Amino acid sequence: MSDLIQIASDTILAPVGLGESDLDRMLGELTGNAVDAADLYFQSSRLESWVLEDGIIKEGSHNIEQGAGIRVISGDKTGFAYSDELQLPVLLEAAQAARAIVRSGADRAVQIAGRSGGQQLYAPINPLPSLSETDKVELLKRVDAEARKQDPRVKQVIVSLVGAQDVILVAAIDGTLSADVRPLVRLNVHVIVEQNGRREQGSSGGGARDAFDFFLQQERGLGYAREAVRQALVNLEAVEAPAGSMPVVLGPGWPGVLLHEAVGHGLEGDFNRKGTSAFSGRMGEQVASSVCTVVDDGTLPGRRGSLNIDDEGTTSQCTVLIENGILKGYMQDKHNARLMKVDSTGNGRRESYAHLPMPRMTNTYMLAGESDPQEIIASVQKGVYAVNFGGGQVDITSGQFVFSASEAYLIENGKVTKPVKGATLIGNGPEAMTKISMVGNDLKLDAGIGVCGKEGQSVPVGVGQPTLKVDELTVGGTGQ
Amino acid sequence: MIDMQERQGRLEQLVDDLLSEARQQGATAAEAGVSSDAGLSLTVRMGAPETIEHTRDNGLGVTVYFGQRKGSASTSDLSPQAVKETVKAACNFAKYTSEDPCSGLADAELMATELPDLDLYHPWDLPVDEAIEQATRCESAAREEDSRIINSEGATLNTHSGVHVYGNSHGFIGGYPSSRHSLSCAVVGKEGESMQRDYWYTLSRLSGELDSAESVGRIAAQRTVSRLGARRVPTQQAPVLFQADVAVGLLRSFISAIRGSALYRKASFLLDHLDQQIFPEFVQIHEEPRLLRGLASAAYDNEGVATVNRTYISDGVLQSYVLDSYAARKLGLQTTGNAGGVRNLRISCGALDRTALLKKMDRGLLVTELMGQGVNMVTGDYSRGAAGYWVENGVIQYPVEEITIAGNMKEMFMGLQEVGSDVETRSSVQTGSWLIDRMMIAGG
Repeated sequence: MSDLIQIASDTILAPVGLGESDLDRMLGELTGNAVDAADLYFQSSRLESWVLEDGIIKEGSHNIEQGAGIRVISGDKTGFAYSDELQLPVLLEAAQAARAIVRSGADRAVQIAGRSGGQQLYAPINPLPSLSETDKVELLKRVDAEARKQDPRVKQVIVSLVGAQDVILVAAIDGTLSADVRPLVRLNVHVIVEQNGRREQGSSGGGARDAFDFFLQQERGLGYAREAVRQALVNLEAVEAPAGSMPVVLGPGWPGVLLHEAVGHGLEGDFNRKGTSAFSGRMGEQVASSVCTVVDDGTLPGRRGSLNIDDEGTTSQCTVLIENGILKGYMQDKHNARLMKVDSTGNGRRESYAHLPMPRMTNTYMLAGESDPQEIIASVQKGVYAVNFGGGQVDITSGQFVFSASEAYLIENGKVTKPVKGATLIGNGPEAMTKISMVGNDLKLDAGIGVCGKEGQSVPVGVGQPTLKVDELTVGGTGQ
Repeated sequence: MIDMQERQGRLEQLVDDLLSEARQQGATAAEAGVSSDAGLSLTVRMGAPETIEHTRDNGLGVTVYFGQRKGSASTSDLSPQAVKETVKAACNFAKYTSEDPCSGLADAELMATELPDLDLYHPWDLPVDEAIEQATRCESAAREEDSRIINSEGATLNTHSGVHVYGNSHGFIGGYPSSRHSLSCAVVGKEGESMQRDYWYTLSRLSGELDSAESVGRIAAQRTVSRLGARRVPTQQAPVLFQADVAVGLLRSFISAIRGSALYRKASFLLDHLDQQIFPEFVQIHEEPRLLRGLASAAYDNEGVATVNRTYISDGVLQSYVLDSYAARKLGLQTTGNAGGVRNLRISCGALDRTALLKKMDRGLLVTELMGQGVNMVTGDYSRGAAGYWVENGVIQYPVEEITIAGNMKEMFMGLQEVGSDVETRSSVQTGSWLIDRMMIAGG
């Protein structure tokens, strides 16, 4: 952990002539009688992206961002200022602006202690140079060729490759001094197929907190190409989706976006502290059927949503949200945890130094159950089997949530039959969770493509689940 | 004002530095953009300040061309050192990207030559105390409007202003300051077991043109309580009236479908539809990019091309695509000066206000909120979560939730019966409510 502090200090502070004593001095500016918490968040990130389209490398771009965010909390009030100029006078000015939320109080000295953490869920690498530019180009071209050779009906292939390194350093008046070096890579394939004038699309991809050769291992990159084409071809045969309430079987893995929307957001600490969530005040109550156990786990090695520490310096953990249907825990950052008189669960995350942290999910998934997936499908007379999804959305107050199927099939008399067109599924979170009647033994996590948006801030997340059956959800097709 | 002119001058110098650095590093052509914004964003919740954020954002981006190969790089760092390194990073990428016959700057003769002042800059010198006071009045009005308002997500006031400068190696350079202010409020209502949240906001380039803080709060509260007790409706086909603020999304989908990048990728349901009937004959859709104080106004697009008024739909027939120079070359057409999108788009609106529209619909669904991303631009298939009100005999009966509406956009566009007079003015894409003849509603 101290190695990480060293790396972060060398990467961010040293080049601009800042040292630990300057952090002490800035934190000193932030303290006072009425100040309950205050922190400094330094960040330096590099991002690189490549796009292949029409068989050629069309775009290559590079982005560097660095800056510091300064936050001061008094009671439930937060003052915040940030700067992309890492010069002491500018930062002290920003500290004054953030501090203005508290009008009284005398300054006192702060000594940062440093905290020993332990977990290393991913190597502190910079993925950008982990593959030569020539090899990146080669990877994109091979993925493109793989997609095109699957089927002559493939008309367009877009492949994008993104790598990023985020170096962060957090210092707080509670003595926190923590750092993290976070690699993140992602590869996506989008294809358009055409048959007799009908066009459909398919897309697939994956990613991890790893180097670019993640996509070379186990032919992952080529696998995404094959999967995108397979989905698009299935959609060429799709008939109208049904409309109305019916049983829905969700496949394993990425369909876990159901949990992210139906319960995940509703269990974030801020909404529950304020009492604006449909789950507010329901701790210890039955909020899902007894076959459901849902966790948020930031400690899975290499996963897109995983974090050694969150953006407030708290070690990430596995938090049980729902156990056998009973509501057990909320996801907390320091601010909301303090106001609710509980501990932070290591879910304090922010998009960047220019954004305030708030409780966010990491990797949210449902534990495996006991049913055989085939048995689950066989139990449905007439319904829908949905295996791939686009995004989702939730209204945490009313509990309404949606998620959009991009690959789905009819189930007729216990058998998967025709593919149906993409359709939005809608339900009410607390209600839908009680209608989960069967949970499969095939837990799977997603391939590493999730991005979650909340109050304008995007962060990478993971989801997962086994095959599961919801006895009743509304399917938004066009068929009768 | 002087301060802003100075900032603009400094950014123009930066663009100049970027372009000459690119030339020195061997680029045959280059373009660069630099921006600098500052502002205040604060939220008052339950009568007290909750967050006060001072924002300050800088950005610099450059694209270099070595013949037909290109590379790009950007950073938040505006220092001279960053200029060199950013150009170097962009040049490095250009070694590995492919020869692309369509790549390059927009043609030199299309560059904007006059850059009229579009009156976009009206800074609001608002002390934090007064900002808190405005947000407090807004939230109080919402909380006092109805006893069923039991909680609040707060009222948020935003005021931002900044400068953006763009230049390229044709010798074009343009820049202008602009401002944007908004006040929004979201509250929670409860009645029995039903809990609902809704919001309202006002937005303008000019603080004096914002709606009053009290009216924003009151409308947020009224919208919230009117949703209490919402229920499902049975699955059925019925007419649907999209309230103006959600109808904006349909108009944006139309624009996305005629955008060059979607067309050359064959990823649009309106591929090869030029000169075809897409809407009923009464529909006209125009763009006016140089409107004074317009939310999306600009005299030149993101490639320096002069913006002009344009008609996309005339008597229901598609007249033009939305093109930048890359997509235009891919399609064998001329750019329409729309790099960066459309600027101030408007559909012709009819004479019916909401009451009259409900009467005309007689029986059906009024949609006031849409959820999810269920819009397939390749096929036009549309399926989204919705909330709103059930209408019988031309009058609202009760609030509705947990339903979906579905159809295909080609049929929805042709099925447009009426565009209301109740224009949504807080958007760069403006329309009244849309009455669509029939969609599939999935519910209980």
